[in-house]
Amino acid sequence: MNSASVILVVLVLAVTALGFLAARWGGANLRSFDEWALGGRRFGTIVTWFLLGGDLYTAYTFIAVPALVYGAGAIAFFAVPYTTIAYPLVFLIMARFWKVAKRRGYATTADFVHDRFGSRPLELAVAFTGVLATMPYIALQLIGMQAVLERSGIAPTHGSAIAMLVAAFILLAAYTYTSGLRAPALIAFVKDTLIYVTVIVAIVVIPSALGGWGHVFEAAQRVLASRPKPSAIIIAPAQYLPYATLAFGSALALFIYPHSVTSVLSAKSADVIRRNCALLPLYSILLMFLALLGYCALAAGIVVNNNNAAIPALFVRFFPNWFAGVAFAAVVIGALVPAAIMAIGAANLFASNILQTFRSRAERPPIETTTARTIALLVLAGALCIAILIRPEFAIDFQLLGGAWILQIFPSVILALYTRWFHPTALLAGWACGMAAATWMQVSTTYSNVFPLHIGNTTMSAYVAFYALLVNVAVTVALTAILDLLKTGRGTDFTAAEDYA
Amino acid sequence: MKARRWTWLLVLPFVATLLPPLYARHGPQLFGFPFFYWYQLLWIVLAAAIVWLVYLMTRSVES
Repeated sequence: MNSASVILVVLVLAVTALGFLAARWGGANLRSFDEWALGGRRFGTIVTWFLLGGDLYTAYTFIAVPALVYGAGAIAFFAVPYTTIAYPLVFLIMARFWKVAKRRGYATTADFVHDRFGSRPLELAVAFTGVLATMPYIALQLIGMQAVLERSGIAPTHGSAIAMLVAAFILLAAYTYTSGLRAPALIAFVKDTLIYVTVIVAIVVIPSALGGWGHVFEAAQRVLASRPKPSAIIIAPAQYLPYATLAFGSALALFIYPHSVTSVLSAKSADVIRRNCALLPLYSILLMFLALLGYCALAAGIVVNNNNAAIPALFVRFFPNWFAGVAFAAVVIGALVPAAIMAIGAANLFASNILQTFRSRAERPPIETTTARTIALLVLAGALCIAILIRPEFAIDFQLLGGAWILQIFPSVILALYTRWFHPTALLAGWACGMAAATWMQVSTTYSNVFPLHIGNTTMSAYVAFYALLVNVAVTVALTAILDLLKTGRGTDFTAAEDYA
Repeated sequence: MKARRWTWLLVLPFVATLLPPLYARHGPQLFGFPFFYWYQLLWIVLAAAIVWLVYLMTRSVES
């Protein structure tokens, strides 16, 4: 065993211990659903900063964004404006969502939708979409982990990498079961610290070894331009619309994912969320430099079959063996934190919304924590199966599709925070059309997330999720107008104006 | 209610980052970074500062 492997194993075992110890944090009664699922809604500014940072900037992000830069050049940097505009949106919208959720005791977006529109079908649509979008996302965390295990030398064969993946996952499932959201919240401190250390060292050491940033950009431009399918370090005019819509659509989708909602609801006040919107951008700066490591890999002449291996290969080349171990541990632990939160988010949707009767929220029996815990285990097992049994490319396609799907609940969840003008039946129809449109566009472009729309002689290429949302909103608005003309009845709104203030 | 107007400042990051023709250029460079990169990096910081300002200005209204 080399020193990188030893450090990786030691750090992973250390966070496993933390995961179990988290059960004792704050003297919580973990038999209560709110305590297990949302940490009792008591996290302050600092815990929330680490938790949301650890949740939104996943291991997969850290492998895939530089990999996309390495493979496709400047277009991949849409991740930067995406995370820049996401926070002003969270500042406005999620602080409002937090208030109504706290007042009325919601654990999920589907809880709110059910209360707001009195519609069980709409609640189910929102809950299923959340679960469907989350499963491949967890699977991708595992694939990111696997890329690192195979590169680090700790798992020399594919079989041993799978065995380690299963072992890490059983440990993850065990402490998620016992400690709930407190486990990833505590481990996030370790994860984020390791990620910051790794990236800071990388951007000090690697560009200077390559002759400075100016040289890195020049060399990257040369390599990208000389490829069979050339790209560049500055986006071309034809990429303006894809770039802007990818950033905008991704920002709208980011915070309606079940794992983001779970972390947001665990904050102790709306001000904790607002303050964090000014503090979380530090992670976006980190993301920018991580993405630039993709250019460093090009400038260093690193050639890999699979783009996801570019960054691990860069670390092996430039870091001493023991520090490569720290970097790999950062990625592996960086996969465990969001995977745990995603499993809890999906379990909350199952327990609160899917496995429920058609009665209104007020008449439903309290949620059994054991049910939610057991479902979290099943969700993790399901994601493990996806990661092992399906080819990685399929998991990536599935996750891209998940991003387009999750955006289709935007009108029912987010627009509904501001207005009840939309008819629930129209929202359901809009959602169905948006889901179908997203799936069709994605499949017809063989899983590109940019769809070329031909209008007359011009072609407008934009993010699939964005076009699907336009279809969704158009159907919802038209059908609301028609249903209102026909005076079709609506369900009861159980929320009151003061719940949002 | 006047302090609520500060919220409109949040529009600025959207305008600045969602119009790529504004910044999809090589020059002027800064520390070897093409304009495309340092402009977007700068806007991460500016957007955070704007959010903080809006937070301070609107917080006093509610409490």
